[in-house]
This record gives sequence, C-alpha cells and structure tokens, in this order.
Amino acid sequence: MANELFQKMAQSIIDGDSEVAVELAEQAIAQGIDPLEAISNGFVTGVNKVGEAFSVGDVFLPELVMAGDAMKSALATLEPELKKLGSAREILGRVVLATVEGDIHEIGKTLVGSMLGASGFEVYDLGVDQPAEKIIGKALEVNADIIGMSALLTTTMVRQREVIEELDKEGLRPRIKVMIGGAPITRDWFEKIKADGYSEDAVGAVKIAKGMVGKADQ
Amino acid sequence: MPRLKLELLDNDLVNQIISEGIALLESPGIRVHNREALELLANAGAKVDFQAQIACIPESITRQALKTAPHEFTLFDLKGDPAVHYFGDKIHFDPGSGGLTIIDSQTERPRLPVTSDLIKFVKLVEALPQVDAQSTAFICSDVVPEIGDLYRLYLALIYMNKPIITGAFRKDTWLPMKEMLSAVAGGDQALASKPTAVFDVCPSPPLLWSETTCQNLIDCARFSIPAQLISMPLAGATAPVTLAGAVVQHTAECLSGVVIHQLTKEGAPIVWGGSPAIFDMREGSTPMGAVETWMISSAYVQVGKALGLPTHAYTGMSDGKIIDAQCGLESMGGNFVAALSGANIISGCGMLDLESCLSYEKLVIDAEMIGMVKRFVTGIEVRDNPIALSLMQKSGHKGNFLSLPHTRKWYREEQYLPSEVIDRASFEGWKSRGEKSTFERARERAEKLIAAYQPTKITGELRQELRAITLRAAETFGMQSLPPLPKGE
Ligand code: B12
Repeated sequence: MANELFQKMAQSIIDGDSEVAVELAEQAIAQGIDPLEAISNGFVTGVNKVGEAFSVGDVFLPELVMAGDAMKSALATLEPELKKLGSAREILGRVVLATVEGDIHEIGKTLVGSMLGASGFEVYDLGVDQPAEKIIGKALEVNADIIGMSALLTTTMVRQREVIEELDKEGLRPRIKVMIGGAPITRDWFEKIKADGYSEDAVGAVKIAKGMVGKADQ
Repeated sequence: MPRLKLELLDNDLVNQIISEGIALLESPGIRVHNREALELLANAGAKVDFQAQIACIPESITRQALKTAPHEFTLFDLKGDPAVHYFGDKIHFDPGSGGLTIIDSQTERPRLPVTSDLIKFVKLVEALPQVDAQSTAFICSDVVPEIGDLYRLYLALIYMNKPIITGAFRKDTWLPMKEMLSAVAGGDQALASKPTAVFDVCPSPPLLWSETTCQNLIDCARFSIPAQLISMPLAGATAPVTLAGAVVQHTAECLSGVVIHQLTKEGAPIVWGGSPAIFDMREGSTPMGAVETWMISSAYVQVGKALGLPTHAYTGMSDGKIIDAQCGLESMGGNFVAALSGANIISGCGMLDLESCLSYEKLVIDAEMIGMVKRFVTGIEVRDNPIALSLMQKSGHKGNFLSLPHTRKWYREEQYLPSEVIDRASFEGWKSRGEKSTFERARERAEKLIAAYQPTKITGELRQELRAITLRAAETFGMQSLPPLPKGE
C-alpha cells in the first residue's frame, strides 16, 4: 500500500507534476505515513532518478528543473506535518544566493539555486541586483552556512569582494562560507578576493557546496 | 538583378507577431525599473503603476513612436566621411563586443586581455577592409573593473578611424563615454549631426527595462546618439521555447524601447536589433551559433523591416572554444543568414565561446568570410548584353579567356580575391609554403597587418583630453594612473 504510494510519489517528481506531488503528499498525511519516509522513500527516489537520467543525457534541463519544482511543492506540503511531529527533514545546509548589486543577470544564479535545492540544500534566492547588506542580513536571519554570489559583468564582480570584506570585518567567516560564480569569474579572481569556493557551472556549484558543509560525495 | 532575400515569415505571420507584440505592451505591460521612463510613459497616457513599476502602453502610443522613429541614418568615420548606412537591405559588419577573454596567439587558449591587446585589436579592425566598423571588443584586465566599459572606448578612439559600436555597463559611465565621443566630434551638436558611435542597450527578458540600460537608452535619445536595441529572448529560459514565440517577445521588448526612446526625443535614431539565442537544454548555455538562433534573428530582422526601422543582428559568432571547424561553420552560417536577411549591421566577427571571447585570428578568418558573404549578396550581375553571345561567337572554341581584355576588365569585380588566409594553392604549393593551418596563416596575417598600422590624425591635445576624462573616472574608483600607451603613435 505505502509502497505503491511511494512509487507514485517518485513518478510525480519524474513527471515534474507539482499538483500530483502535492496531492500525494496530502494523501500520505491523511494515511498517517511518516512524512520523513514519504520524502526519502518516495519523492527523493524520483529526484535521484531524474538526476541520473540528466547525467547520462536521457533528460535535459526542463525535466530537471520541473522535478526540482515538484519536489519543492511536495516538501512545502509535508513541512507543517514534520514540525507537528517535532522531527525535521535533514537538510545539507542553508544557502543564501543572489546576483550582486548593479547586475541583473539571473539565469545562471537561478540554475545553481535549483540544483542546490534539488540536492538537498535549503536555498534562499534573493534575486538580482542585491546589495551587500541585504545578502549578509539574510544570511544572518536564516543562519546560513553558505553565501553564493553570481556576477556576470566585469564591472560588478568587484561587489563580491565587498561582501567578503564586510563578512570578514564582522568576523562572520569562516562560519559563513562564500562561493562565487559567473562568466567573468576566474580562479585568479577567486584567489584574489579569498572566497571559499567557485565554480563554472551548476553541477560544480553543488559539489563545492557539499564540500563546504562537510558532506562531499565519496 | 534579382534581389537576394531571405524571408522566413509570410506577411500574415509578420502582422500577427507585430500585433501580439503590441498587445503584450497593453497587457501585462512592460516592467520599467526607471523613474524617468515611467514618468515619460505616464505623461504620454500609458497606464503606469509606479509601485509595481509596470507600464501598460496602449497601441496608439506605440504606433505614434513608430511614426517618429527614423527609417535610416548614417554613421560617420572620424574623418567625417559616411561609413555605415543603416538603410534598406544594406549590410555592414562589426566585431563582437564586450568580451571577457582573448585567445592567446601562442598558446591558442583564452586569457585575460590587457591594454596592448585592445590596441592591437583596434589596429587590426582598421586594417581589414571587409569589416566596416569598430566595436569596443573586450575588457582590459589591467584597469579597475569599474571603468572597463569606458576604458575600451578611450583606447579605441585613439587608434580608430572607422565608426564604433559600443555600450555602457553602468549608469554613471555613459556620460564620460559620451564626453569622449563629443570631444572627438567637436561638441554634442557635431556628434548628433554626424554620429560616430552607436550604443547597444539591452532590455532584460522577459519584458523588463533595468534601471541602468533604460537610462542609457534615454540618455542616447536626449543627445541624438544612435541607440541599438539588443533584445535577447533566450528561447526556453527567459522566453517562449517556440521560435515564433521568442520573436513575439523580441517584438514587444523592442517596441517598448522605441516608445521610451521616441518619447524622450522624437526622431532620434534607433536600431531594431538583438542577440537572441535558444537555451541549450543540456548545457544550460546560450548558443549564439545555433541554427535556431539564426532563425530567430532572421525573423526579427524581417519584423523590424516591416516596421520600417534600421536593423541589426548578432550572428557572426561561434560557441567553439578554439579556432577550429565548429568556429568556422557556425560563423559562416550566421553571417550568411543575417546578410541574406538584410540586417544593416551584423555583429560578431572575431568572437567565440558563447559571446565571451575574441580572437585576432578568428577576426582575420571571419573577414574573409565576410568578403565572401558580401560578394554573394551582390549577386550575379549582367555586365554585357547579350550576356556572352557576342563574346563567345567571337572567341569561338579557343578557350583563351585569360588573354581576353574582357577577362581583364571584369575579373576583379566578378571575383572576390581572398587573402592568403584562404588556401587555394596546389598541394605542393601548400607544402612548400610550410604546410600551415588556417590558424597559422591567420596569425601571420594578423601580425603583418598590425605591424603596418598607420596612426590616425588624432592630435596630442585631443589625446590628452580623452586621457583626462578616463583618468577622472578611474580616480573615482581608486585608480590613480592609467597604463601607459606605447610611445610614438
Ligand atoms: C543572457 C545575457 C543577458 C541577459 C540576461 C537575462 C537574464 N534575465 O538573466 C540581458 C539581456 C538582460 C543582459 C544584459 C546585459 N548584459 Co549580458 N549577457 C547575457 C549572456 C549572453 C548569457 C548569460 C547567461 O545567462 N548564460 C547562461 C547561464 C546559465 O550561464 P552563467 O550565467 O554563466 O551561469 C553559470 C556559471 O557561470 C555558474 N554560475 C553563475 N552564477 C553562479 C553563482 C555561484 C555561487 C556559483 C558557484 C556558480 C555560478 O553556474 C551557472 C550555471 O552553469 C552573456 C554572455 C555569456 N557568455 O555569459 C552576456 C554578458 C554577460 N552580458 C554582457 C553585457 C555587457 C550586458 C549589458 C551591460 C549590456 C548593455 N549594455 O545593456 C547588460 C547588463 C545590465 C546589467 N546592469 O546587468 C557582457 C559582459 C561583458 C563584461 N565584460 O562584463 C556579456 C559577456 C556579453 C558580451 N560579450 O557583451 N545580458
């Protein structure tokens, strides 16, 4: 019975169908199934399947992103129930993500956000054109482990350094780790501004983030 | 001569795209993160929500803007001669711009460019007759990043004669850039009547004008400096995945640009351009060399022409990482499609790696490509009438055309003669010249052309003035001196 439900849950993620995913989550609650089990035996199996299919080139970004969205909806439905039971889903870490001030390129940042979300991070995506105070403020508010900053312009990548300097001044590092990315970001720049990690793509971003919270893939 | 013309859309489809574009501006409207533009729109009668920063533009306002926008204009070189005529189906070419890296001629891999690279690049563009205009090609890493955009214009102005396609990355760098252009032209008035530069301005897909780029647009209009709308729907990511859908979004974004621009100043020159792309669903990248990217570009150029506006396409590029076969095939395809579509200016030569890298060698190779494309577009002309009857009746079966005056009279016009970059030698000939690859031949040609550069007539005084403007900007960002320029030029 439960097994069949779990299978449907996985399938809803594979189909990228948020509506069905929410319905199934509600069913699980009604049937008194442990939400943690619904997540790990049901929905996560779907996410993993999609992830595998993506890595071998059977499905592409639309499937991946929609799977992430469906997962998010399912989790949002189960979250209150988890709280009620006093248990919490294990998350890999909290990430505050933004494109820096003066810069409105958002696609890469959003992609990194969905991949982090789908991999088990709790992601707070502030959007584009975000000043240092907002980014740091949010990181403190949600007790973030990681700040991720995107910059696509040579004129705005300097803002990444400003945030890092501010964090250092406030003594918030190494508690909060900083990872950076975007087309003009090079290893040189990463070393120069003493960030904690950088990546040229979303898959790499997940790897780095996992390393930062001590959960690197074996 | 029959006109060569590529039209992907039939008339009904063009009309439908335009009316859907106009309808999108009415609802949901365009987001405008710029107070001044919102006020202009509100005053003109658009329904503006200042809180949400959204303007719903009625069709009448859009139509009015299309009436006042000029159908053509000319860019002048620094000597004051007309150089690029944005008109009808005339085509011109300029290199890609805003690059982050340059292919190192020795390692054949990208690296960060410095001042001397940009100087070389500008000289090379001057030397290539196929390339009609300069562009502020890439960012120099030896100045503070904040002045990256204006510093490239400064360098270009010192070494160039051809007009230039440029763009500002910030609100506060536009003005010093304008000051430099104005200094070279001899005042704002002179610059307006004989513009030497075009500013690229990008709306943000979908349906948004950011504060910065919108201000650039308004500032250009105010000084009658041509603005080039670079709408870049990314089909499947920030725009509908259907190609026709992406063109509708492009139409709406460009129309909103024309409206804001013409409301600022009626009759100011504006170009219907773009740099769209499909979104690659495997890599999550924006391939500029994709066949569908060419198709979206060709279609929007057709829409722009239907609206009577000058047009631009950004298609002469490749997504390859080195100068290889992919680089050649993608650039050739894009250049051909845009040229046959009649885009007035076609950007992208010399550029690769998803619009982020430039190469001297690719520029030299692309110049040959452009020579061929221009030749193709000129078409097959009838030089004599009858075409060959009299000639061949006279020459009979002799086949000695090499010795005929007729051959000598016409061969230079009939044939595009490529440089040594294009190898047409016998195998032995190629061997005896060192068995060189296209890249090697291009590298040698680039070196030769750069070495033969002749300085322009720019006065020492003007150089000082341009340097002073640039230095002032640098100082605001904590840089006290600029990299020295090579002596004696
Ligand atoms: C699409 C695009 C736009 C769109 C953005 C739409 C949107 N909603 O985001 C629009 C049209 C708005 C735009 C505007 C402008 N753009 Co633009 N744009 C691009 C383009 C073509 C692609 C960027 C993109 O989305 N790529 C796809 C995504 C998935 O890749 P990505 O962003 O690189 O992200 C990946 C990695 O970098 C990494 N990553 C990214 N962020 C992060 C963060 C972290 C924490 C980590 C770990 C990793 C990571 O992972 C991502 C996924 O793989 C680039 C060219 C390029 N090759 O980058 C130019 C480019 C970046 N733009 C450029 C310019 C100049 C501009 C403008 C200033 C133009 C103008 N004059 O108006 C304006 C900027 C206005 C502003 N103030 O921001 C230049 C920058 C030049 C420079 N030297 O700085 C480029 C290089 C193009 C060019 N050659 O001119 N642009």
